[in-house]
Amino acid sequence: MKAAVIVSPGSNCDRDVQVALQQSAGSEPIMHWHGDANLPDVDLIIVPGGFAYGDYLRAGALAAQSPVIQEVVARANKGVPVLGICNGFQILTECGLLPGVLMRNAGLKFICRDVDLRVEAADTVFTLDYMDGQVIRIPVAHNEGNYFADDATLNRLDGEDRVAFRYCSPEGRVTDSANPNGAARNIAGILNEGRNVLGMMPHPERLADPMLGGNDGRPMFDGLVEALVATE
Amino acid sequence: MRFVAGCAKHRCMKARILITLKNGVLDPQGKATEQVLAGLGFGGINDVRQGKYIELDLAENNPTNALNAVRAMCEKLLANTVIENYEIDLDE
Repeated sequence: MKAAVIVSPGSNCDRDVQVALQQSAGSEPIMHWHGDANLPDVDLIIVPGGFAYGDYLRAGALAAQSPVIQEVVARANKGVPVLGICNGFQILTECGLLPGVLMRNAGLKFICRDVDLRVEAADTVFTLDYMDGQVIRIPVAHNEGNYFADDATLNRLDGEDRVAFRYCSPEGRVTDSANPNGAARNIAGILNEGRNVLGMMPHPERLADPMLGGNDGRPMFDGLVEALVATE
Repeated sequence: MRFVAGCAKHRCMKARILITLKNGVLDPQGKATEQVLAGLGFGGINDVRQGKYIELDLAENNPTNALNAVRAMCEKLLANTVIENYEIDLDE
């Protein structure tokens, strides 16, 4: 399986994703500079977290206009799996691959801690090693994670089963008190219509090794490798 | 058409863009500012909404062209129309 990690000025989770992916895949992903529109043929594209372009204007807004991102959009539209984590999720909404927008956290604070997530869609290449309803513990680290979309869009996401993860209590209850940032309907991650693009605020790559205090992120990378090696 | 000094020989026009959150979109920064203003004793504030102001110097002296260009910039980059409105003010 060949994967590419998009590196922008201000990415800071690119190396973590590289290590997590390498651990599952056994081979190193390509670290691809955002300014280079010639993206090699890959089976998976990851847009990692960080503060691309310093979050100037709006988080992800300037990075979404990077030369490589138009190519990422074209590949996604052809069915190549694209995973956007944190700032990567913000970039995927700003470039139009995913609906809605990530707004300033309702509590105005940067939030950096582990949260509980309920897996809502275990039928995708990103989530096939999880089970529907499973509660996993993954860290968030963001200032703009407050997912917003109009009611029609939210109803469509729900109706088409495109919410991949929701913030929940440790018992799996989706409650206001389990919502760290004010996100609409506790949404932590969503899928595109084709279910080959996932954007999520939490960082699975940060808990993909027991040495780091948890392993709940690892099944995402293991599952991707299983799914994508099988299709080769 | 009125030209400001220095612009007579060159194409030059200023666009002032005001970006505001749409009605119904929660503005936590505005809320926090409102609370602090109230804490400072400033009464009579019903609501505080925070926005953005962007100024562009354009190498253009046709207002129609300028307006079309700036509108395209707002739609493509400067505003996120999911949550924001924009107003353009041209200085000819």
